[in-house]
Amino acid sequence: MSERQHPGINLTHARPQDARHAEVTVFGFWTFLMSDAILFALLFATYASMVSRTAGGPSGAELFDIGNAFLETIVLLLSSFTFGMAAVALKEGRQRAASLWLVVTLLLGLGFLGLELREFSSLITQGATPQTSGFLSSFFVLLSLHGLHALVGCIWIGVMLAQIAIFGLSRPVRSRLLRLGLFWHFLDLVWIVIFTLVYLPVVSA
Amino acid sequence: MSGPWEGNAGGHNLPQPNAEARQERAAYLWGLSLALLLTAAAFGLAVFKILAGPALLAVIGLLAVIQVVVQFRFFLHIDLSKSKREDLQLILFTGLLILIMVGGSLWILGNLDQRMMG
Repeated sequence: MSERQHPGINLTHARPQDARHAEVTVFGFWTFLMSDAILFALLFATYASMVSRTAGGPSGAELFDIGNAFLETIVLLLSSFTFGMAAVALKEGRQRAASLWLVVTLLLGLGFLGLELREFSSLITQGATPQTSGFLSSFFVLLSLHGLHALVGCIWIGVMLAQIAIFGLSRPVRSRLLRLGLFWHFLDLVWIVIFTLVYLPVVSA
Repeated sequence: MSGPWEGNAGGHNLPQPNAEARQERAAYLWGLSLALLLTAAAFGLAVFKILAGPALLAVIGLLAVIQVVVQFRFFLHIDLSKSKREDLQLILFTGLLILIMVGGSLWILGNLDQRMMG
């Protein structure tokens, strides 16, 4: 493999200044993602201090559907993989394959959002609203911030599909797809911590 | 920013051989398989009640850390190679900040909880 210049898949550049451009813009985006990671980490800390504060309301053990959480985990992981396939197709310059893998990724992303919305509405019909307790406030803030990222990612994929259709795999389009890839993989990284800290500890309780 | 010089498809201006793409594809497949395995292990341990309490938390925590490293390595292409260290340094610095801020918050709140609620 040729020398790696930045996180994510590295494309082969026809001109050295393009490689330099990719290196700088991707590093800038990487810095944003790391600050985003700190934001999530502090919401995890909030959740950890609030988790036992149910204020007489239902606890996670009574509320969470582990089957749904498992499904969400698998769907998001698969979408991370299909984005990787889109990135390889992009590297090979196969426009149709890249678009197709992006469509699959988008469908999986929307599937994840559907599962999450189903969970939220089931919680709210059970009377577990964000106003119920400190535990549920921190749960909804954490999960919706992640869901909001997934929604933004889905919109971004839609925009990039349109750009690929109009401009082809031009240099700016390729550069944007690299950053979208980092963003999309980052979603799954955060989700690993969510299922480990939020869902799994209450199953055995 | 517009560069019509760079066409799509074709591949005549993308000189790397197919071997490299095959290698990349294999890396993503490895990442997926390992992540699936680690996820199944974590859920299995909790759902089938193989472990409980602090032991469960410790093991699924460890599995999560391994999976984060696996995804960094195979999906985000971040490893210990010398070609580019800034990205890794930024991750490690972020990790340090998280450790200080999250650890500090939990410490302070835990202490307050003990003094005021206990």
